[in-house]
Amino acid sequence: MRIRVNPIKCDAHGLCAELFPEWIGLDEWGYPIIKDAAIPPELEAHARRAADACPTLALLLLKD
Amino acid sequence: MSAAPEIAVLPRLLSGVSHRGTAQLERHLDEHGPLPAPAELSAKTLLAAVEAAGLRGRGGAGFPAALKMRAVRSARGQAIVVANGCESEPMSAKDALLLRELPHLVLDGAALAARVVGAEQVIVAYEGQNADTQVSLAHAIRQRRAAGTDTVAFELFAAAEKFLTGQETSLLSQLGGGPPVPSFIPPRPTERGVRRRPTLVQNVETLAHLALIARHGSGWYRALGSDDEPGSTLVTLAGAVGSPGVYEIELGTRLEALLEAAGGPTGQIAGLLVGGYFGSWLPAALAGELELSNGWLRAHDAALGCGVVVALPASACPVAETVRVAVYLATETARQCGPCVHGSAALARTLHGMALGRPEAGAFAALRRWTTSLPGRGACHLPDGLSHFVATALATFPRQFEDHARGGPCERCGAAPLLEIPA
Repeated sequence: MRIRVNPIKCDAHGLCAELFPEWIGLDEWGYPIIKDAAIPPELEAHARRAADACPTLALLLLKD
Repeated sequence: MSAAPEIAVLPRLLSGVSHRGTAQLERHLDEHGPLPAPAELSAKTLLAAVEAAGLRGRGGAGFPAALKMRAVRSARGQAIVVANGCESEPMSAKDALLLRELPHLVLDGAALAARVVGAEQVIVAYEGQNADTQVSLAHAIRQRRAAGTDTVAFELFAAAEKFLTGQETSLLSQLGGGPPVPSFIPPRPTERGVRRRPTLVQNVETLAHLALIARHGSGWYRALGSDDEPGSTLVTLAGAVGSPGVYEIELGTRLEALLEAAGGPTGQIAGLLVGGYFGSWLPAALAGELELSNGWLRAHDAALGCGVVVALPASACPVAETVRVAVYLATETARQCGPCVHGSAALARTLHGMALGRPEAGAFAALRRWTTSLPGRGACHLPDGLSHFVATALATFPRQFEDHARGGPCERCGAAPLLEIPA
């Protein structure tokens, strides 16, 4: 699984980085910088939680 | 690169320009012969020829034309073709030249592309500010209608005058009545584009090549260039050369040969911009070995892109030129994606301060950070292009940037701008 952001929808709420800090950081304006790599299975639950929590539904989970 | 055989001659696309008047259907047919009828050249055979030719898109991204066509063919629904003539790259003139001087070559290619994907309708998009393009295209379409040349219906579309106007999804947004702003992918235009139908968007130069591949075959196309990068391509040459303008070159041509064909350098060169405003600055010292192929350029972190080549004269200031373009690109953001809105403004502001001799604290480190962290984080490639343009400028002209940061504007900063910024 990978995680991607739709940058048009993203409003820099920053919840994703709080919920999934192993994979998502924030730039100086609060927008996510996401690791572009396959998420290990043990972290997939965190990825799902981050995607579900996004207020603008900007995060996409992609199957590898 | 190995020496190319001398059997194929240039120009191909531009052969009609030299004796003028190929905007007329009759002259076009004299020059190139008729379009092969569907009975002689089926969609499948044509697609196989495009694939065998190895034709790549000439809009900048260089995507294989056959792959895109296949994707549209295999998508559900009646396909539609968009001939994209909105180069919107201020230094590029090749697409406007094709539409103005050789509209029939482009329309032939668009009709053939429609044959491949089973479309009945072609939209030809041009930059709305170019009135002469509209006149030439409308005239060409009327002539074809009178002669019964096509089974497809052509429609003209005047696109907005913005840097992002020709970006594929931005153009599709306009065709749907929306603003000239990109959209997020997926969905891919090949699956859902104009009127939610599978849409083949091809640059007009790509279509012009298709018109000739259909007539002469893939072997003819591949007689120029290398195995990896076959064929010819259009470049727009600007800057310190005797005769700037649009040239058709064999892929892999040495820059020196192109400069020579264009009347030679008019003076000392400070640096080279290859690929336009989404392209790369390269040091003048590379001019002697520079090959106009993506293979050679890739090894130097560059690409042909839209085919713009600028020889920056030593009388120009690379810092001033870079800052002007960076500010322009930052103002052309569609203002949709946070990293682009904030990042492009930060890049432009920081460069501007540096050029004036008032650099922000940690300016160089910040520029390095942004140019590496912004790419890939917008819906379109504006942050990527701008970042690369700035990063290669800093790498190519380090001393000039440091001198400006320390001492402010140089005596060349006031020279007339070379890199064009639309009003």
